[in-house]
Amino acid sequence: MKVRIRTVLKSAGSLQAGLDAIRDDSDLHAAGLTSHATVNLMLALEEAFDVEFPDRLLRRKTFSSIDAIAEALAEIGVRDEAA
Amino acid sequence: MTPWLAAARAVGVEIAGRHADDVDARGRFPAEALSALKERALLGLLVPASEGGPGAGIADVVVICHELGRHCASTAMIYAMHQIQVACLVRHAGGNPWLRAFIRRLASEQLLLASATSEAGVGGDVRSSVCALDERRGRFALTKQAPVISYAEPCDAILVTARRTPQSPPSDQMLAVVLRADADLQAREVWNTLGMRGTCSNGYRLAAEGEIAQILQVPYADISAQTMLPTSHLVWSALWLGIAGEALSRARAFVRAEAKRKPGVPPIGAARLAEAMGELQSMKGELLACLRQYEAAAGSGDALSALPFALAMNNLKILSSQKVVSIVGQAMLICGLEGYRSDSPFSIGRLLRDAHSAVVMVNNDRIVANNAGLALALRDDPELLA
Ligand SMILES: Cc1cc2nc3c(=O)[nH]c(=O)nc-3n(C[C@H](O)[C@H](O)[C@H](O)COP(=O)(O)OP(=O)(O)OC[C@H]3O[C@@H](n4cnc5c(N)ncnc54)[C@H](O)[C@@H]3O)c2cc1C
Repeated sequence: MKVRIRTVLKSAGSLQAGLDAIRDDSDLHAAGLTSHATVNLMLALEEAFDVEFPDRLLRRKTFSSIDAIAEALAEIGVRDEAA
Repeated sequence: MTPWLAAARAVGVEIAGRHADDVDARGRFPAEALSALKERALLGLLVPASEGGPGAGIADVVVICHELGRHCASTAMIYAMHQIQVACLVRHAGGNPWLRAFIRRLASEQLLLASATSEAGVGGDVRSSVCALDERRGRFALTKQAPVISYAEPCDAILVTARRTPQSPPSDQMLAVVLRADADLQAREVWNTLGMRGTCSNGYRLAAEGEIAQILQVPYADISAQTMLPTSHLVWSALWLGIAGEALSRARAFVRAEAKRKPGVPPIGAARLAEAMGELQSMKGELLACLRQYEAAAGSGDALSALPFALAMNNLKILSSQKVVSIVGQAMLICGLEGYRSDSPFSIGRLLRDAHSAVVMVNNDRIVANNAGLALALRDDPELLA
């Protein structure tokens, strides 16, 4: 799942630095993820994983790292195919 | 009425209101009103009891901003901007001993805090910075081209946003407390504006140094979302409501005088007055609803960071900033030439000019653009009382 998150992040995150420098627990906001880009990222994740984020998950923290995104996706029923 | 509001009303009626026209005409700092607010210990209201303050809440500040807004909008805006900074400090200082000691001083010495978030190069996009904190041997240095810092000269400290490090992206910001005594302010743009002239919001090149401990440890993104944005929109909307209410008081006095002059003939402005009072009512209702929403969320960082909350607070700002202009405009129509004159008791000019600052003070188009993003993300909430 984290590989797919990275793919989405690459196209929708508008990050300055390359994704290689970003670990699964790196702070995406510190890497330049703006609030505007967060919305794009959210929409792209919904499209890629065919899910909808409920309002309670729509906050900065949900998109603060690849780990956090994976956790949120798991919470709304996305199964981790690698596990 | 709380003793704080009573004190603020006395300052408003006896001091701020008396000097308001002079402050406006000369574009000068309302020094008398700010001294009076200091003397009555109204600057440190939000400081909790554990730090030597009275521990008042945001509602206490909101009612004072509304009161001051009726008498002198510049005084009210200075008071409001100061309290926004205090709210950020009190909420986000954490255990940092330097900041704790500073908050104590704030209460005991009634320090006045200013803000430098806007920056040349990013315009009003206060969520990105060009300048950065340069850390060396436990100290930081920063240089910011600030197009507007209200009352920078008479303040005691300025809260400045900057990138975390010179390598950080523009959105990775921190907030630092810069003491006025440590700040080198080189004057740039002079504040010569349509309204809010007493806020003395001149432009400067700000250069400063300080201890690392003067930097709040929480990312500015959280401070902004949880405290700076919601409290700004609440206190600003309150003082704009005060301006609108004052305009309608003048309009009402005018209509009454008409009614007395020609008994039995309904004054022509009465219907318009009634309509404008409806607008004022909805402006007030929106403010109070958002105030309650803020108070309900205040205990939880998560609730304050939620997108529906941000959307509601942004809408409060947009709605209030439009309504104040519309209501004051109605008052002008009602008072007619007497309202248009600058020397009549029904004069509306200063109120109208001050009101027009609301839509540009963080441009509404910018806030609408942010809301457009939020609107894409949010789901419908069909439950009325949820
Ligand atoms: C009375 C007063 C006191 C102030 N005091 C302070 C202070 O003490 N400290 C401080 O830091 N700042 C202060 N400000 C500045 C304020 O916070 C804003 O930064 C400033 O008003 C925005 O200026 P701007 O219109 O030049 O910039 P912008 O917001 O950049 O707007 C310029 C133009 O660009 C358009 N625009 C820009 N971005 C977008 C977008 N994303 N979507 C749509 N349109 C866009 C706007 O519509 C507008 O026409 C004060 C402002 C006022 C009015």
